[in-house]
Amino acid sequence: MTTAELLAQDPVWLIAVKALIVFIICVIATLLAVWTERRVLAKMQLRTGPNRVGKFGLLQSLADGVKLALKEDIIPAAADKIVFILAPIIATSMCFMAFAVIPMTGEVSIFGQQTALQLTDLPVGVLYILAVTSIGVYGVVLAGWSSGSTYPLLGGLRSSAQVVSYEIAMGLSLVAVFIYAGSMSTSDIVGSQHDNIWNAIVLFPSFVIYVISMVGETNRAPFDLAEAEGELVGGFHTEYSSLKFALFFLAEYVNIIAVSALATTLFLGGYHALPGLGFTESWLGGWFTLVWFFAKVIFFFFIFMWLRATLPRLRYDQFMKFGWKVLIPVSLIWILIVATLRVLQQEGASRVAIISFAAGIVILVMAASSLMERNKQKVRAPKAEGEAPDFPIPSLPQVQSINVSGEK
Amino acid sequence: MTDFNENSKVEKKSSGQADINSVPFTEVEQPGPAPLASQAKGFWVTFSSMFKKNQTVQYPDVKAPTQPRFHGRHQLNRHPDGLEKCIGCELCAWACPADAIYVEGGNNTPGNQMSPGERHGAVYQINYLRCIFCGLCVEACPTRALTMTNEYELADDKREKLIFEKEDLLAPLRQGMLAPPHPMYPGMTDTNYYNGDVKEAHPSQGAK
Repeated sequence: MTTAELLAQDPVWLIAVKALIVFIICVIATLLAVWTERRVLAKMQLRTGPNRVGKFGLLQSLADGVKLALKEDIIPAAADKIVFILAPIIATSMCFMAFAVIPMTGEVSIFGQQTALQLTDLPVGVLYILAVTSIGVYGVVLAGWSSGSTYPLLGGLRSSAQVVSYEIAMGLSLVAVFIYAGSMSTSDIVGSQHDNIWNAIVLFPSFVIYVISMVGETNRAPFDLAEAEGELVGGFHTEYSSLKFALFFLAEYVNIIAVSALATTLFLGGYHALPGLGFTESWLGGWFTLVWFFAKVIFFFFIFMWLRATLPRLRYDQFMKFGWKVLIPVSLIWILIVATLRVLQQEGASRVAIISFAAGIVILVMAASSLMERNKQKVRAPKAEGEAPDFPIPSLPQVQSINVSGEK
Repeated sequence: MTDFNENSKVEKKSSGQADINSVPFTEVEQPGPAPLASQAKGFWVTFSSMFKKNQTVQYPDVKAPTQPRFHGRHQLNRHPDGLEKCIGCELCAWACPADAIYVEGGNNTPGNQMSPGERHGAVYQINYLRCIFCGLCVEACPTRALTMTNEYELADDKREKLIFEKEDLLAPLRQGMLAPPHPMYPGMTDTNYYNGDVKEAHPSQGAK
């Protein structure tokens, strides 16, 4: 029985219970994620991080949430009131909705009913997630526009441009997964990886592109141009305070968890155990798969934290150049290769033909990159003795000469 | 000295207009991106930092000692018999660049001898909302009455509380000291006091 058929048998009360569970998981995961991020980031910067509220400071984010809720709620005079209030609600609710199609466990029993911890299983589940997360961007854009202030407007504009360009790269990186798994349903994709190797290894370029674009998609460092503190004060949420700000905060972290969960589902085998540890999946009546799922999500979340601790923010033009001139062309070429291989496989081409095609691609790539390398070396060849300037110049790395006289 | 543009051979565009690109220049090679291995070094720095000892001092629980000559709260010192060293000369107040010190001098009378000699500081206030802890007052003090301690916890919730009065600043009475006012050590002048001849209070000084 497939997961879709299994979920179709759910009574209404069970669907309500699962919706509640998904909501609670998201909120608690956010609280823990904020705490984890602050502690891990502190560790990476030789600090301690919050350690006062509760054991190890575990209740710090809860205390911050209460503090935020009790603060004065300001709506600027220049703001468009309705949109201003609507924006954080859109941003937050859409993030939660993305979680509906993520399969978090295998077959388990909830109050005696056999089911899986997944709210619903759409045949186009991954497309649904892409659609919902891009509606979430409306929250950011509308927040920037409705604040009636310059910095939020700039932040909102940046954010829309950013998410549009990285959404393309993200979508293209997923196409390879669809081609390979033959389905867009999240549970089918998890199932297809169970019998084979994880997509992260088979479709490694897609995996890398997805991980990069998911950071861009969630407005996180080093791609946090939408809320760049140094340039735009707080970006789109500059004018927000109190609970509305808390909603944006919640949306950001739920979004991070959602894209990490999607990465887990599509590339790291979802709720399934690591290869060779398959026997653990039946522990606790199947509930142990939830542990595997969250272990993988935490792995991605750690990457988020690590990037934030290590990399400075990109300049806006570099960021756009990277998205349009590197990520998108690379994923297009990669899709072409994957599609060709897949068709060759389905047409019943001989193994030799497939392997020789793959080998041909590898040789082409290597040849191209070595040509590039040789061109670079030519450019960097040291200049002849006589051309050296007759005045002393400071020794810069890889700069042979600076001609300031303007004569050839 | 010739103008820079005079020497340069600027090729004007066909339209006859010189634009910003006609300024003479030669392209300089940019270093370009570093190899991946050296870019990854940064990730190792942050990762390995997680397992190093962190530098945070758990402040209210653990107080890191200051440097020995740290400029903290002021202190008005006493002579070994308990008389105050401050003579109310106001040099500290004049030296203060932030105008944080207010002093009123007073006469020493036989019934009210606060310090050796003729004068004492009757009112002594330091406003810690203004003080910049530069120590110029300490340098100005002729009797070494004013020094600084290492105490740095000076925050409070009322402005009035941060104007320290004489009794807040006075050094505590130590072994062998008597609380002024009391007469000077029998047979000693103020010069003896400054020369350090007075080692402790004489029993007669405490008698009423």
